[in-house]
Order: sequence, then C-alpha cells, then structure tokens
Amino acid sequence: MSTATTEHHDHHDDHGPAYGWKRWLFTTNHKDIGTLYLLFSLVMFFIGGGMALIIRAELWQPGLQIVDPLFFNSMTTMHALVMIFGVVMPAFVGLANWMIPMMIGGPDMALPRLNNWSFWIMPFAFLLLLSTLFMEGGGPAGGWTLYAPLSLQGGDSFAFVIFSIHFMGISSVMGSINIVATIFNMRAPGMTLMKMPLFVWTWLITAYLLIAVIPVLAGAVTMLLTDRYFGTSFFSAAGGGDPVMYQHIFWFFGHPEVYILILPAFGIMSSIIPTFARKPLFGYASMVYATASIAFLSFIVWAHHMFTVGMPLAGEMFFMFATMMISVPTGVKVFNWMATMWRGSMTFETPMLFAIGFLVMFTIGGLSGLMLAITPADIQYHDTYFVVAHFHYVLVPGAIYSIMAATYYWIPKWTGNMYDEKLGKIHFWISTIFLNVLFFPMHFVGLAGMPRRIPDYSLQFADWNMVASIGAFGFGFSQLIFAYVVIKCMKGGEKATDEVWEGADGLEWTVASPAPYHTFETPPTIK
Amino acid sequence: MSSPSTYYIPHDAKWPIIGSIALFLFFAGFAAFLNGGNSVVMLAGGALLIYMMFRWFGLVITESENGMYSKQVDTSFRMGMMWFIFSEVMFFAGFFGALFYARIFSGPWLSGIGEGGAAATNAVLWSNFEYMWPHNGPAELGGEYQVMGWLGLPLINTIILLISGVTVTIAHHAIKEGNHDKMVRWLLATVALGFLFVGLQCFEYYEAYAHLNLKLTTGIYGSTFFMLTGFHGFHVTMGAIILLVVMLRGRRKHFSATNHFAFEAAAWYWHFVDVVWLGLFIFVYII
Ligand code: HEM
Ligand SMILES: [Cu+2]
Repeated sequence: MSTATTEHHDHHDDHGPAYGWKRWLFTTNHKDIGTLYLLFSLVMFFIGGGMALIIRAELWQPGLQIVDPLFFNSMTTMHALVMIFGVVMPAFVGLANWMIPMMIGGPDMALPRLNNWSFWIMPFAFLLLLSTLFMEGGGPAGGWTLYAPLSLQGGDSFAFVIFSIHFMGISSVMGSINIVATIFNMRAPGMTLMKMPLFVWTWLITAYLLIAVIPVLAGAVTMLLTDRYFGTSFFSAAGGGDPVMYQHIFWFFGHPEVYILILPAFGIMSSIIPTFARKPLFGYASMVYATASIAFLSFIVWAHHMFTVGMPLAGEMFFMFATMMISVPTGVKVFNWMATMWRGSMTFETPMLFAIGFLVMFTIGGLSGLMLAITPADIQYHDTYFVVAHFHYVLVPGAIYSIMAATYYWIPKWTGNMYDEKLGKIHFWISTIFLNVLFFPMHFVGLAGMPRRIPDYSLQFADWNMVASIGAFGFGFSQLIFAYVVIKCMKGGEKATDEVWEGADGLEWTVASPAPYHTFETPPTIK
Repeated sequence: MSSPSTYYIPHDAKWPIIGSIALFLFFAGFAAFLNGGNSVVMLAGGALLIYMMFRWFGLVITESENGMYSKQVDTSFRMGMMWFIFSEVMFFAGFFGALFYARIFSGPWLSGIGEGGAAATNAVLWSNFEYMWPHNGPAELGGEYQVMGWLGLPLINTIILLISGVTVTIAHHAIKEGNHDKMVRWLLATVALGFLFVGLQCFEYYEAYAHLNLKLTTGIYGSTFFMLTGFHGFHVTMGAIILLVVMLRGRRKHFSATNHFAFEAAAWYWHFVDVVWLGLFIFVYII
C-alpha cells in the first residue's frame, strides 16, 4: 500500500537526482529541499550576524559614531526579522525535511510539489525584505514587532515589509501543512504515534502552532497596511481603535512563535542526549505531554509582553500566573534530559557538547524568563537589556545551538563523511566562551536600566557594553569555523559508517551513509 | 478506476518557481503601487499567478484522471485541504478578535469606563465621547453616517448562502450516486447563488458609499465592517470559482461515485465561507 512511485512519465529509468541547476530549482525530493533550506539558513545567518555586528560596533562606546540612529534602528529591526524568519525557522524546516520522512519510514514528504514551493518562496521573500534597506527612507526601523503607530510612520519600505511577511507566512503555512500531512499519512506500518522519535512529535506540534498563528500575524499586518494606506482606524484611538490592540493581536502570534523557535530544538535534544549517554530517553511519554502542554499554554500567555502597556489588573495577574505555569512542563523536559544522562556512559563528541551547552544556557534563559514573568518585576525590566539577555539566551544557545548540534549529529548521514571533530570542538568552546562574554553582561546593564533598541547610552553602561561587543565579534567570527567545517564535510573526509554513532537509535541510522536519494520506498518493518 | 498501490512522488516541479516569481512581482508591484507607482508590475504578477494556478492544478487533474493517485495520496490531499481551511479560520479569527476588542475594551475605555487612566484620558482628550456601538471614534472620522441594517440585503444574502449550502449537498449526493448530470445541475445552482451573493454585496457596498456615507474610513465601525465583509466576499468569490471549475470538470465526466476529492474540498471550502458569514451576520450586522 505504501511503497512509492517516483518515476516521471517520460523517463522511467530515472531514479537519481537531475543534473545541474535544474535539480535544485525543480526538485521535489525531501533531501534536496532540506539541503536548500539549511544552506539558505546558513547564508541568512551571516547576513543577520553582520547586522548584529553593526549594532555592536555602534554600541562599542557611548555616543554616536559609526552609523546614524535611523540606520541603527533599521539594523535592530532587520536583524531580528532575518534571524527569526530567515535563520531559525528555515533551518528547522530544513531539518524536518531531511529527517522526518526518514525517521517515520516514509518515502518522502506527503506533498512534494508544495514542498518545493515552500522553499522557493523564501529567497524571494527575503529579496523583498532586504531590498528595503536600499529604499528611500531606509529599511523598517520600528522594531521587529512593528508596533503601531511607530511602524506606520516609516518610509516607502513599509508596504514592502508587510508583503514580505505575508510572503514568508505563505511559505510557513504550506510547509506546516505538509509536515502535518506527512506525519499523519506517511508513517511506515507499525510506526504508531507513541513510537515516533520526539523530533517528529515536537515538529508535529510546532506545525500546528504555525498553522494557528501565522494567519493571525497576517491579519495583524494587513490591518497595519490598511491603517496606513486605506484609512482604516484599527490602531487609531481617534477612530475608535486602539494601538494596544495591535500588541494583543501581534503577541497572540508572537508568544506561540517563540515556542515555534524552540520546540523543534527540544526534539533535537531528545535525539542527541540519549545517543551520547547510551541510554534510552528518560520519560518519553512525559516529554510528549510536556510538549503538548507547552504548546497549549503558549496561547494564553501573550500579554506578558505587555505588562507595562496598560491592562486591567485581573489581566496582569492572569498572564503572570499563566506564564509561570509554562515553567512546569519546561522543567519536566530539563529534568528528563538530566535523568537521561544520569549514570549514562557519556562521551562528549561535538553534538553532545552543543547539547549540554544548550541544556545549561537555555535554562539560564528560562530562569530569566521566569523573572520577567513576575509583573511587578517586569515593570522594571521591560524594554531593557535584561530582556535582550533573556531572549538571546533562549535563542542563541537554545535554538541556534540545537541547530548546530543537529548539523554535527546528522551531517555524516547527509554527506557520508565525518566532520572534522577537532574543529567542531574548537567551534563549540570558542562560541560558548564568547557567547557568554556577549550576552551575560547584558543582564547587568539591563538591571541597571539600560534601554534596548537605542544607539547611544549613558556613561555608566560603557564598560559592560564594550565587553559585550568584544564577545559579539568573537562569537561572530567563530561562526566562520562552523561554515568551514560544514563545507569541508560536504567536500569529503573520513567515511562515515551507516550507524555513525555507537549509541544511536532510530530508522535514519539503518540506511546507508550518505542516505540514498530515495529512502524507504518500501516501508521498513518497525519492531 | 482502480487505485495504484504506490505513493506517487512527482518529479520536476516547474510551477512552484513560477509561482514564487509571480508572487514576488505581485507583492513588489503592489507595494510600489501603494507608494504612488503604477500598477503594471502588480497586474503582471497577478496574471502570472493565475496562469500558474491553472497549469499546476491542470497537471494535478490530469494525473488524477490518469489514476496515478493512490488512496494514500488522496488522504494527503484531504489533510492538506483541511488544515488549509483551519489556517483560513485563524485568519478570520484575527479580524473577529479586532472587532470584539474594539467593542468590549477600547470603546468603553475611550469613553472613560474602566480602571486605570480611562477616566482621565476621556476627560482630557475626548470628554464628549460616549460609547455606543457602532461608532466612528471620538474624532468621528468620516463624518455623519448611517448604520448598515441587517434586514434587507444582508438577510437576503444570508438566505442565499444557506440555500447554496443545501444545493451543494444535493450535488454531493448526486455524485455519490454517480449521477454527473444531476451533480452539474445542482452545482450550477450553487455557483449562481454564490455569484448572486457577491453581486448583491457589491450593491450593498455601493449603497453604503453612495447613500449611507458608510466607508472604509468611517472609524472603527467602517474598518471592521468593510474588512470583515470584504475578506469574506473575496473568499466567496474564490469558493464560487472553485465550484465552477468542479462543475466544468463534472461536465467532462470527471469524478466517480467513490473518487471525487476535488468536489469535497470545494464543498468544505464552501461550508467554511458559509459559517464565517453566519458569524458576520450575527456580530457585524445584528448585534
Ligand atoms: C520559561 C519560559 C519563558 C518565560 C517564562 C518567558 C518570559 C518572557 C517574558 C515575560 C518576556 C517579556 C519581557 C518584556 O518585554 O518585558 C519575554 C520576552 C521574550 N522571550 Fe521569553 N520566556 C520564556 C521562554 C522563551 C523562549 C523559549 C523563547 C524563544 C526561543 C523566548 C523568546 C523571547 C523573546 C524573543 C522575547 C522578546 C520579544 C521582544 O520584545 O522583542 N522566551 N519572555
Ligand atoms: Cu512570550
């Protein structure tokens, strides 16, 4: 019933990839598309990183020296949009493409043509977004959250930014629909839901989050567009609307979005840690339920981003307690990972180093999140560098580290070659040191009151800002090692075995390395 | 037609990249147009997009008619359509959310009701504003206007859509009996009702603009009214076109009693616009 036909009518013998650029443009193969997503994300990582370095260069010392304030603001705005929509999300979708069909024993993604479109929207959407930097009035400068009324006051770039968000949204929704259909419909017989690897589970739940909230974002930015160009008053008090309403709608999208950026990372951790601890994952079922509870709760906490904006007291209380409740399932996960490692025969290859780095530093970010969730405290912290420290701890050593861990973990399967272990370890240690030099001081200046999204600051923040900037350049340049390791591994290296890792478990390790162009055309038998 | 035992994985997808180019031209052209440019690029992008959809769907229809899709492929399509409709529901939820927020929160707050600074804000900024729905804001944007009542055109439109829900169901039963002619007849009725709805809504908009001075710029009432009904009307148009395509395929004896997913997808979509309309009718028109 579920073997696969891959022949096209005109060339029945064709079973491998096409040649040249056509292969990449017209491909419907989940592995090709996964590779495209991952490479796209890597390129965007350096573009977004370049923007971050411009920010940190300006903040090297107080005063305005390198860029003008408007450009600075458009850098903070663009950096966030690029990193969220252009790096973390596409990288996760790339991993989903590569791994989900192999993990569930399916022949490919359920809707292969749609899959091609989901990817090929991304370069065009970012062309649209990045082109705004060269327009009159500069790129968007009102922050990635595009709060009305500030965002409405930008230059010509505004409409382009809105449409680029619609554009990416189309890609995300189609990609997610495809993932849902794949997981429900393409599993090998015997691969019951509760046998699926956690990466598949977390992606299933992430896909639902995406389908539910991306359209809401599309609605919110559509209202911005009509407020600016068609005279509607959604966000104008004079017409009976409310700028605060924008924030509610935006964060109804925005908070689930931050879980979209982390749930697949949880899945990756749940694959890597058992392998290198050589023990099965502790508490599989509780991991599934914890993920589902996090996803559910993420819909009812959005206004913790708005504690200072004005809300009835009951609202402040509700959102405070609901937010704190998320720490419970998150804690379950962290303790399960620790219990998995407990008395394991651990080894510390690069993927495991990144996984442990994730565990420690993501938890730091989670704890500062808990501090921010306390309404009275957040009134002090809001819009300071403390918030910047919080979300960078969950996003960089969280989401980004998980993507790097996943790359080191699965790249032998993708390319058939082992990566350079020594360079991988160097990459981890240099990154981790500089990362903390970069982000930890932000807690201090934040608590001392330094506001975010400002090109200049008061003298007392000077020392820690300089430290952070040193960390930033160190971290930024050490990512060149990552790019080098990846390219080197694509070109060649020590041949990988099929199992690759001694303790690895899962269907992806039963196929050859590199994984053949088509896998599981006849479904495997599941124990 | 027996269904194949393998999952069909197409090669060489040429239409997606064309679709991306089309969308890029459309969006970039639209943005340029909003900034005062001309509409050529936008229209070209839109035309290319429509052409792409014709060809892409055409290809899928050919493959389907050639029996290349197994039951499992059919399930993938069903799931795709189902969750696509769910995403559409969430899109409307955003606009309904805006409507409820404006009615439950921002309106009363502007008139000074509520804790915190509401009373002071009202006293200083809009001391003559008293909340009552509908309204066009304390600054009375757009000037004097009249409300669109629910008796009359909106009620007629509700009845039209409800009847179209029945006709599409009769058509469905017809194809389940393998009766193509009957299916086409009832689909024709459905499509006609759909376009009648859209036509009447255009007329309603004309009335609003010409006689009621109710416009998109009429404060929050005008904004929510036109954006909600407008997006809905757009979806009705889409749904009617989809049903039309299904009808034309039915005339060519596509579909069988057991295999007619395209019909069902179109019908689901139609019911979805139907339900959204009921929400609109209650919350935008009546209450
Ligand atoms: C233990 C779980 C978490 C809690 C309790 C939490 C809490 C919060 C709170 C209260 C804020 C608002 C602070 C303010 O603006 O004053 C915030 C901001 C933020 N959080 Fe978290 N958070 C958690 C986990 C995460 C995760 C996992 C991510 C992403 C991977 C994340 C990403 C962000 C981002 C991006 C912002 C800033 C948004 C902006 O204003 O631009 N958080 N968090
Ligand atoms: Cu949040």
